Amino acid sequence: MSRPRPEPIQVVKQRRDAALNALLDSVPYIQFLNVTFDRRGDELTAQLNFSEKHIGNPFLPAIHGGVTAAFLEITAMISLNWSHLWERIESGALDPEDMAKGILPRQPKTIDFTVDYLRSGLPRDAYARATISRAGRRYASVHVEAWQDHKDKLFAQGSGHFLMPQDDDKS
Amino acid sequence: MADKTKLARQFIQAIPHAQELGLVLDEIGDGVARISMPYDKKLVGDPQSGVIAGGAVSALMDTCCGAAVMCHPDAPGGTATIDLRIDYMRAATPGQTISTKATCHHITRNVAFVRAVAMDDDTDRPVATASGAFTVENGF
Repeated sequence: MSRPRPEPIQVVKQRRDAALNALLDSVPYIQFLNVTFDRRGDELTAQLNFSEKHIGNPFLPAIHGGVTAAFLEITAMISLNWSHLWERIESGALDPEDMAKGILPRQPKTIDFTVDYLRSGLPRDAYARATISRAGRRYASVHVEAWQDHKDKLFAQGSGHFLMPQDDDKS
Repeated sequence: MADKTKLARQFIQAIPHAQELGLVLDEIGDGVARISMPYDKKLVGDPQSGVIAGGAVSALMDTCCGAAVMCHPDAPGGTATIDLRIDYMRAATPGQTISTKATCHHITRNVAFVRAVAMDDDTDRPVATASGAFTVENGF
């Protein structure tokens, strides 16, 4: 019974965080909406950091439906891309330093996205997690749930289909 | 009737997020709205190609659909999105303004049904289409 000695914790964390940050920092729109991600192993939770600029109805006030839709789509897209790239990040085939310089694999493309608005978005932070229902070679199907105060009281959910990049150098 | 259009116009122009996206209300009235979003680097979703993020197109579509509901002759006031589906047909050409036209094609006491299409300079090939259901509110 022998196995390679596990990598030190800081090496593992540094690699994963650097790769995730490179993916996020490369997208101006994610910065524009101020969406950040928490990582636990490979699991991601997205956070929409509230700003007055997210308001759609100033009388209520409530978060703009378009902001909610965009937040869900970003969560779906990043979660899908992250799971798609995970093996290559872990194996070292993708170098986080190169990724930070903008040398990134192509993203999946959104084919369609549907959002259900379950309650109005309150003027505070929101959270979302995506489940990849199917990750095929060409197509992927992703479901996203978003909440604010209570995880079991969703304020929106969404689902969409994505076209996976075909130019991966997987021999 | 003209008052409703004026009210809807004022409402759309007062939306903080619409201002943040740089949305321009081109036309509104009788259940039809046209809103455009000039190209802006901060809205880019794919850094390698410079293509606008799908989410920004969603926000534009959602705003335009809501505007179409509010300016419908039978709409008593404001609206909120119940459900919105967007189909992304192709990437919008970087550097070009994205223009949307939304039509509220049916409205009941409680629900408004809307369709929308988004184009860039090449108006023969839509960038995206949307269809959704919206609430019908008495006030704003």
